[in-house]
Amino acid sequence: MKAGPAVDERRLREVALSPEEYRGIVERLKRQPNEVELGMLGVLWSEHCSYKSSKALLRRLPSAGKAVLQGPGENAGAVSIGEGWAAVFKIESHNHPSAIEPYQGAATGVGGIIRDVIAMGARPVALLDSLRFGPPPESDRHFEGVVAGVGGYGNCIGIPTVGGEVYFDECYAQNPLVNAMCVGLVRVDQLMRARAEGTGNSILLVGADTGRDGIHGASFASLELDDSSAERRPAVQVGNPFLEKCLLEACMDLAHTDAVVAVQDLGAAGLTSAVAECAGRVEGAGARIDVSRVPRRERGMRPYDVMLSESQERMLVVVRRGREAEVEAIFEAWDLTSAVIGEVTDDGLLTVMDGGDEVARLPVQLLTDGAPARRLVGMAPEPAPELDLDSLAPLSDPGAALLRLLASPNLMSRRGIFRRYDHMVGDGTVIAPGGDAAMIRVKGTELGLAMTTDCNSRYCHLDPHTGAQLAVAEAARNIIATGARPLAVTDCLNFANPDRPEVYWELEEAVDGLAYACRALELPVVSGNVSLYNDASGQSPIYPTPVIGMVGLIDDYARRLGAGFRAEGDFVLLIGSSHNDLGGSEYLKIEHGQVAGRPPALDLARERASGALVLAAAEHGYLHSAHDCAEGGMLVALAESCLLGGIGMRGPAIRPESPLRLDSALFGESPSRFIVSVPSRAMPEVQSLARRHHVEIALLGLAGGDVLEFEGQVKVSLADLRGAWEGRIT
Amino acid sequence: MRFGVVVFPGTWSDRDCGWVVDQVLGAELQYLWHKDADLKGCDCVILPGGFAYGDYLRTGAIARFAPVMEKIGEFADRGGLVWGICNGFQILCEAGLLPGALIRNASLEFRCQWTNLLVERNDLAFTSKCEEREVIRVPISHGEGNYFADPATLSRLEQRGQVVFRYCDGDGRVIPSSNPNGSLHNIAGIVNARGNVLGMMPHPERCAETELGGTDGLKLFRSVAESAIKVLVS
Repeated sequence: MKAGPAVDERRLREVALSPEEYRGIVERLKRQPNEVELGMLGVLWSEHCSYKSSKALLRRLPSAGKAVLQGPGENAGAVSIGEGWAAVFKIESHNHPSAIEPYQGAATGVGGIIRDVIAMGARPVALLDSLRFGPPPESDRHFEGVVAGVGGYGNCIGIPTVGGEVYFDECYAQNPLVNAMCVGLVRVDQLMRARAEGTGNSILLVGADTGRDGIHGASFASLELDDSSAERRPAVQVGNPFLEKCLLEACMDLAHTDAVVAVQDLGAAGLTSAVAECAGRVEGAGARIDVSRVPRRERGMRPYDVMLSESQERMLVVVRRGREAEVEAIFEAWDLTSAVIGEVTDDGLLTVMDGGDEVARLPVQLLTDGAPARRLVGMAPEPAPELDLDSLAPLSDPGAALLRLLASPNLMSRRGIFRRYDHMVGDGTVIAPGGDAAMIRVKGTELGLAMTTDCNSRYCHLDPHTGAQLAVAEAARNIIATGARPLAVTDCLNFANPDRPEVYWELEEAVDGLAYACRALELPVVSGNVSLYNDASGQSPIYPTPVIGMVGLIDDYARRLGAGFRAEGDFVLLIGSSHNDLGGSEYLKIEHGQVAGRPPALDLARERASGALVLAAAEHGYLHSAHDCAEGGMLVALAESCLLGGIGMRGPAIRPESPLRLDSALFGESPSRFIVSVPSRAMPEVQSLARRHHVEIALLGLAGGDVLEFEGQVKVSLADLRGAWEGRIT
Repeated sequence: MRFGVVVFPGTWSDRDCGWVVDQVLGAELQYLWHKDADLKGCDCVILPGGFAYGDYLRTGAIARFAPVMEKIGEFADRGGLVWGICNGFQILCEAGLLPGALIRNASLEFRCQWTNLLVERNDLAFTSKCEEREVIRVPISHGEGNYFADPATLSRLEQRGQVVFRYCDGDGRVIPSSNPNGSLHNIAGIVNARGNVLGMMPHPERCAETELGGTDGLKLFRSVAESAIKVLVS
């Protein structure tokens, strides 16, 4: 390979390589890389693809477990769920594109994560999305575009969007977050891995033709947004869910042949990444491809453009030599283009031809693992302001405060969003959005798969280590509230610029917190994604936002629980103990205008105990409903159970024992708590289970009527609660 | 009784309709590919929901030119049962097998939610298992389900009793607040004059089992299955 010309700093900035990284490349190659090679290395060494700032930290996350079939490193993670089935899932960010072009950014985020699941041989059965925006109404453009984009893609492709979360905070005004999670199902023996095995096997490119869209998208995602970011709009891809639906069905049909060795998604860094990753997973493997064979959308594309294009709805398929026609026929039936663009080699090199000309030749390992890990330094920032509880005005009218909280953007009903998503297609949704976790049944079995996404980034801002643990704990509680046992985690780490010591400190603390909670709750992290540089113009860093996607399992979905009260006369209980946990709470923000204090303290032993109690009670059929007590505290959780069930509740006034304050008892956000309803006949059993698990339970009152009432303290009609809760979000 | 379920590229309710026919109802299921020029002996052909051919141009506008549609037109002319659900309804309107059109929801937003439907005809092959003026609960999931027809067509439909389902409240009152998409006269489903071609926006295949929230949809599938038996006996 001929050496390329020397490169100036401007060009290096364009491909997002540092001068040191460039010097390392020249040293390894013993020559200057040419233009095509420079582009390929630039995208694969970008933060987005190489995880160079985070990979050292990510090793701290536990990824092993007896149910784990596939941990990190593949297109998605996979866990065994019994009866020969595997659940495949992953969460991924599409933050930067969504900031610039909200509809397409969100839509292609959904499209990309679906392809990751397809590549594992699984049929996608559910989508979830975790979104963050600035406060309405200023954030309307982002909010409307993203919600429409998520729905636009998911509704058209026919995969139900069953869950997720939306939060609003000033810190996301310039940097909205769009994290999309996809869950798929596959028979364990048909789980695929994207490994380019078998020298001489053919590499097929299938799906959409390749255009110039999205070139340098991965590099773009690895920079801070600034005033010139709007010019990056061409780096945002355009989604075609119809095409992906055909691609999905064709890939499902591949299961009928044994001619296929591997399937790989083309996402960030396009063909370069897909070929390098596929080859990189097999010791010593390489690939030789010819860009002149790549079907194109437009004329005049250079090899550089073809290698770096991020055109959507494309997959790479490795096919046993001599059986290409068989596979091509499957795609042909769906009117999809496929082309043999190269073959697997055993020289450990990614060689790119343009017809007869060799245009790039790089060691695969240099592309996939060559990016030197960046050594970053963390430094704790000034701690958040202390919270002086005594300075808070006492709670005078809890009912009025409840209505204000229910009407706040972070707590109000999400129905206005999820009714814009098809959440039923597939005839699998046995718990629809609106409660704690959603549940999809595994057809032909009694198994139910619960799923959720969670993160309270205000907690993480106040204390990233505890905040990350709380995110894991709350996700687990959401799963448990449906009666399912938490199984495994996928994480999406959204942070600001890690070059800033205080941000790197947040990242490190959050990863450690995550690892600690996952170990304690025995939850392996099987897949994930990192999104850094969420800091527009270096002026507005987002809160640390380690979003947890979690999947859980129930052996018989007939025993699943909803969050809403089900029967008049049921006992309503608070499970778990309450403390003066107003730090970082919604109550503190809405009623006192403060973001201060420390997030609630989390005792993981207590967390395990209260979860085990709810699961045991659910398994015995003692519960009629269960609901996680989270943002807004006990009173908001109670109101939600009333509203979801259409049944009120009455009880005696809450008289907290000192030192617990009334505002904390009603609106404090102590973790490890649930609101459950119990038919009267099962009360003795629940009480004895609680004693056995050493978990505090408190009887709050009886379900019934059409008011939520604590005598002489709170009295609000369901109609008023609903009026506050079901307003329009923006 | 053999149900045919048509699959266009972009169709996604095919598997749900197939599931209900095969696994819940226990009837015979035959998928029909859009390129098929033969209905393979099906007694009732279902055009399921989805975005056939991506719904480019207009919903259903391209699907009506599929080879299978010509056969379905002939089948309907012979009195065969044709049942369009959601996108299938849109395709039947585009193909001229049913009058009117489905335009964007009045809210301009996609809507996925449960609706109540007043069954105005229970003398049809599709609804014989429903009570007279029964209220059934069936979910919708569409962005373009707003039924529209010119005044003459609309009054003809009403006079001939071709409106089969109307959006109503839980007590069967047909009122504006129970209309999820702005359809004229709260129309959710219509039938042709002969009574063998039904189009409806709601998804009965999504409510054929208790665990999915209701079983009213199964009544429609059962009605069709039973009608075929009646034909055989008579």
